[in-house]
Amino acid sequence: MKRRLPWGPMARMTGRRALAAVPVLLAVTFAVFAVAEASPFDPVKAYAGTAGLTASQENLDQLRANLGVDRPLVTRWWEWLTSALTGDLGDSAVLRRPVAEVIGERLGWSVLLAVTAFLVAIALGTLLGVLAGRRRGGLVDRAVSSVAYTLEAAPAFWLGLLAIWFFALKLGALPAGGLTDTASDTVTADQVARHLVLPALVLGVSQLPWFFLYVRQGVGDALDEDPVRGARARGLRERTVLTGHALRSGMLPMLTLIGSRVPELITGALLVETVFSWPGIAAATVQAATSVDFPLLAALTVLATAAVLLGNLLSDLLYGLADPRVGFDG
Amino acid sequence: MTARFLRGTAAATLAGATALTAAACTNPGSPAGASGGPRDSAVVGIAYEPETLSPLLGYGKDGNSKIFDGLLAFDADMKLKPALATGLPQIADGGLTYTYTLRDGVTFSDGAPFTADDVVFTYRTILDPKTNNASRTELDALKSVEAVGDDTVVFHLKYAYAPFAERTVHAIAPEHVAARQDVNTGAFTSKPIGTGPYILTGWSKGEKLSFKANPSYWNGAPAVKRFTMAIIKDDDVRATRLRAGDLDGAVLPPNLAAGFKGDTTKKTWTATTYDYRTVTLPTHHRVTGDTAVRRALDIAVDRQTMVDKILEGAGKPAYGPVPTDSPWFAKGTERRHDLAGAQKILDEAGWKPGPDGVRVKNGVRASFPLWYLSGDKLRQDHALAYVSDAKKAGIDITAQGGTWEVIEPRMKTDAVLAGGGAPGDPDFDQYLLLKSSLAGDGFNNMAWYDNKTVDRALDEGRRTDDLPKRRAAYDTVQRELVKNPGYTFLTHIDHLYVVDDAWDGPSTQTEPHDHGLASGPWWNVESWKPKGATETAGATKK
Repeated sequence: MKRRLPWGPMARMTGRRALAAVPVLLAVTFAVFAVAEASPFDPVKAYAGTAGLTASQENLDQLRANLGVDRPLVTRWWEWLTSALTGDLGDSAVLRRPVAEVIGERLGWSVLLAVTAFLVAIALGTLLGVLAGRRRGGLVDRAVSSVAYTLEAAPAFWLGLLAIWFFALKLGALPAGGLTDTASDTVTADQVARHLVLPALVLGVSQLPWFFLYVRQGVGDALDEDPVRGARARGLRERTVLTGHALRSGMLPMLTLIGSRVPELITGALLVETVFSWPGIAAATVQAATSVDFPLLAALTVLATAAVLLGNLLSDLLYGLADPRVGFDG
Repeated sequence: MTARFLRGTAAATLAGATALTAAACTNPGSPAGASGGPRDSAVVGIAYEPETLSPLLGYGKDGNSKIFDGLLAFDADMKLKPALATGLPQIADGGLTYTYTLRDGVTFSDGAPFTADDVVFTYRTILDPKTNNASRTELDALKSVEAVGDDTVVFHLKYAYAPFAERTVHAIAPEHVAARQDVNTGAFTSKPIGTGPYILTGWSKGEKLSFKANPSYWNGAPAVKRFTMAIIKDDDVRATRLRAGDLDGAVLPPNLAAGFKGDTTKKTWTATTYDYRTVTLPTHHRVTGDTAVRRALDIAVDRQTMVDKILEGAGKPAYGPVPTDSPWFAKGTERRHDLAGAQKILDEAGWKPGPDGVRVKNGVRASFPLWYLSGDKLRQDHALAYVSDAKKAGIDITAQGGTWEVIEPRMKTDAVLAGGGAPGDPDFDQYLLLKSSLAGDGFNNMAWYDNKTVDRALDEGRRTDDLPKRRAAYDTVQRELVKNPGYTFLTHIDHLYVVDDAWDGPSTQTEPHDHGLASGPWWNVESWKPKGATETAGATKK
């Protein structure tokens, strides 16, 4: 893009969104505490684990008091909130460690997985979408579209199990899970790369249909529009027509999609991490949820909410840039 | 262009896959491709992960932690032997005082010496109500602990408790490290330092625990230098990774262990256990509270068929918490499968068959719900077999799956397919299971069993150190359970392990219900030796 970027409007939109995020985050964290409170899971039982099955009631009551889970919902939420604002995220009961440590250790691996998968989904989705959109109803289109519709209905964890069965068990080509080989206790880049292939592919492929279908539709529609027909009539090469005209307008809906796929990506990542024992925040999230580990649960929810809000902001910014008629909020 | 593009992609994908396959084959870290010479590392697959690695929060309470030692330890026959103490304790004051002399020259893996203060610190911290230790009840008898000089520790009890020495297999934490941080959330809970044969080098939660041998271990440095416990919850995945050579050993259910029978490079270990499956018969239910119904169910159930069909032979019929091959088992309390006898008991007690075949007494239908933990296949199979056996005697049981959150509030009146079992001392299981004062206390005495004779015998059993008297007390308990069974004990379950046949030394201990890190043929991995020079790197597995 050769024109100057509209920094002013972009910054104003970011600011407005940041302000709007505050009540959203507050409401979301409170909702987490309320939902967890209403859940049938008992944090004390979860904390005690198997020892809880032989512990006396007195012992369990003492634990309840120590963990502070016997206090009212609003008190706990307010305490969590005020100390979180000072930078203290509290201690995770179930992992027996400070929340900040738990997240710091695991977030990187989750981001690596999610970003790789996202890139796979966008790259493959665009490529296949263009190929299918050029000749709608053709062989490539019909084949890829039917696969895409099937994938759209397939849950990510099921794809994961299928991938493990085929690539790890049948072919023995790729490791079935973990971050590194079982016997090794150091983390090396090549091992991580090898262990990343399957989970990232599965997560990417599970996101792929949406990108594919959007691009296919966009490119197909654009090819039918007057400017493209005009370009063709002027004798421009097919490739120029495709990349210069059709792809540009066909890509527009994709930008919105990128932002709105973030929540889907997060939930998908949780399932995929669990299937592949990827040491990201998924395992921690699942544990936090089933054991009503308030500090960890609340911190992870804030993180996920922030990611979704950021995703939406990003796609709106991109859309505004790509199509100046849309502008930046108004 | 499309075709050309597709061909190109296919070729690239294929090349990539080939490269990855090649990389997988030449991975230097894999145990299967270990370099020449005897093997010095082992990777085992386990199903459960500890919540914490801090002894102060309950880790290593049953002894046999790889990272820590207790004052005493259990040998293969579950007999006590000295570990950090130089000998068994001296017991005085009618069983109220236990005195231990400590071993000299023991150091923690950070080099600091082990002293009596560490023992005192460990037990005092556990007793502190502020410590979030869910197993504190097990040290209920302990009043106080004190150090006398550097190498003597004295425990004072609230009441004479015969199996107290068995509790002192508890792992000992270093005061100089653990006392300086938050006992509940400090770094020590996941990065422990102990006196044990192994040093933890990494714990990736949900994935694996890695250990290296402690070169200065007081009992001699282990020959297995690197030891990894991979946490793999799924049975099938564990079996597959064992077959693929990723694991050197794993715990497996009977049907999957059977698949390794023909493999000469692997050996199957069967550990006998105290792990029972039982049906609670709540006293507070109109049907299960009737002694006639309890006795009828006790003989209507076909235990041997459960062992043969559900456990595929890997187990034994159970008649009480004590397994039939234990020295504490009261001979003659075995019950024969006797459907006619069960029907006779019910007939005589006034439970007459109703129009639908289900018995009725005074308008009460002989039916009750039976809960099992959903997702636990073994418990479900036991529950369904129990339902079908009871039906033949005219008792209508409805089996229902649920989580503990659903089951627990109903335990007072509804039957539950429960599991448990702790070797070491007969008191450990029976007191918690049968003592009337513990009815409804957490998961203790789930059936609200209430029997004065049993209560008295349980107290006698724990207050005296005299072996014949103790034996008589636990015989009484088991005989009372025949007359008035508050539970229908079904089976004791063997635990099966498949391990590479590459070491001298593996054996099995009698195992508890909860088979975590300490169980399995690797309970003594520190004393394994690689098998002679015949074991070479050429032993590739497929």
